[in-house]
Amino acid sequence: MAKTVLDFEKPIVELEAKLEEMRKFSDNLDIEKEIVKIEEKVKILKENIYKELTRWQRVQLARHADRPYTLDYINLMTTNFIELHGDRHFKDDKAIVGGFANLDEHKVLIIGHQKGRDTKTNLYRNFGMPNPEGYRKALRLMKLAEKFNKPVITMLDTPGAFPGLEAEERGQAEAIARNLFEMSKLKVPIIVVIIGEGASGGALGLGVGDRILMLENCWYSVISPESCSSILWRSWEYKEQAAEALKLTAPDLLKQKIIDRIIPEPLGGAHKDHQEAAKMLKGVLKEELSQLIKIKPEKLVENRLEKFGSMGEFIE
Amino acid sequence: MAWFKRSKENISPNTLKKELPDGLWEKCPSCNEIIHKKQLETNLWTCQKCSYHFRIGSDEYIKILLDEGSFKEVNRKMRSADPLEFIDTKKYSSRINDTINKLGLYDAIRTGTGKLNKKDVAFGCMDFRFIGGSMGSVVGEKIARLTDTAFKNKIPLIVISASGGARMMEGAFSLMQMAKTSSRLARLSEAKIPYISIVTDPTTGGTTASYAMLGDINIAEPQALIGFAGPRVIRQTIGKDLPEGFQKSEFLLEHGFIDVIVPRKDMKETISNLITILD
Ligand SMILES: [Zn+2]
Repeated sequence: MAKTVLDFEKPIVELEAKLEEMRKFSDNLDIEKEIVKIEEKVKILKENIYKELTRWQRVQLARHADRPYTLDYINLMTTNFIELHGDRHFKDDKAIVGGFANLDEHKVLIIGHQKGRDTKTNLYRNFGMPNPEGYRKALRLMKLAEKFNKPVITMLDTPGAFPGLEAEERGQAEAIARNLFEMSKLKVPIIVVIIGEGASGGALGLGVGDRILMLENCWYSVISPESCSSILWRSWEYKEQAAEALKLTAPDLLKQKIIDRIIPEPLGGAHKDHQEAAKMLKGVLKEELSQLIKIKPEKLVENRLEKFGSMGEFIE
Repeated sequence: MAWFKRSKENISPNTLKKELPDGLWEKCPSCNEIIHKKQLETNLWTCQKCSYHFRIGSDEYIKILLDEGSFKEVNRKMRSADPLEFIDTKKYSSRINDTINKLGLYDAIRTGTGKLNKKDVAFGCMDFRFIGGSMGSVVGEKIARLTDTAFKNKIPLIVISASGGARMMEGAFSLMQMAKTSSRLARLSEAKIPYISIVTDPTTGGTTASYAMLGDINIAEPQALIGFAGPRVIRQTIGKDLPEGFQKSEFLLEHGFIDVIVPRKDMKETISNLITILD
């Protein structure tokens, strides 16, 4: 896998490279103590850097090119995954994937946005930006899950719904609206996990559920920091300020009571260790599922209505 | 939220008005006809020459659609709490205060109950003048409560949209209003109470992608801009000029997302007929 290094990751990567080099020579030289010292230094450096990430740095981590995507998590967490394609009306949107799978003892439907790793796969996946048929495929599968009484897990990771001409012709707005409407009354448990970028309506189109979970280094908001900067500051240069103003990180959203729970990532981010990231996510999903499957469908829908009904702040 | 940019492209009646001496005249942005305000009002703020529909606010729609004096407004003074303490080039709290002082409106929607040809309705109308008709916590909450009023009293729900989309300055809170309003509409729908969505110029972004597109019947005024992404963003994405009439009411009807386009002068009768038939 090609390694992408973000600016603030550089000091760590450099120190780690040095450590690696020293280890090679450690057989012939007496530098064991030296190595231990540097290992300690790397650990402290990491902890300091990742403890004090700015909101914009989190956005960068959420977009990290080596980060696990929906299909990575599916492969690492589940067995017997069968991908199901198409919306039965127009085509199969590659920016959203979905299918049934076993999550240990649970039989579930998993749906998520899917990005590509390189130019070729990104073009194939349209950079994770769905067209209306993607949302309609997702809804078709969710109705199947409801019919056969299987819980739904959705994974959000998109820079936004695709703003194209054909997307408008085929009703991008209606497709998203319909999903919000239908998901709010689906009679099976829905767990939503933000695993990367949660950009606006394009993310929310898969985002109505009973539990909203968010990986540690993700963002979720009404607009990307760049677009916000270009509209409110009339320049692309204020993305850092926009990210600060939008309060779009997992800790922010937990405080705003928009998400229920933050899922920790391996130190340095999910891209540092896909296995470990998937293991942590799987543990939480199983825990949440075992709670939700006990709740009666009517109660589930009632609670969901109340949950989203309580979001928002105003003065009367 | 495209209202910032669009003001430059479409010259609004407000700027043109200034060129005319006594403020009693308006110029039609479509055919340049100069129309006296009184005449414009008689004509329900449409151009008598080219039938262009001027952008109007909640006061005007209440007059046009509801029986005289029947509108009972609720939650009139509900206002934004600025939950993020948002600051861009200006404080959001000041933006809110200034707009309230200027317009005498507290946010981008007014809601209440009223009578339409003697039939009780739950009625909401957005105001594009209030920060581009953007949807934040107040708009979401007021629509949610209005939907509950329709639900409890078993009366039809009518919402007039005019909105640049979700309000950036409330971040994820704004986004969640899409889910909040849609989930309440889902419950209304299960109870088989009609919801008529009236989409006017312009309606884009998160508003279109939630309650504006979820009517049992979606009605549009003629020539209204209705879409998800704004035209400027789409033009940038595809690197081409957009076809004539793209994202206009007629385009949406042609592609199957609007049930019927109704001129303003026929709107009240059309809604009245629909709610009688669906009752
Ligand atoms: Zn005219």
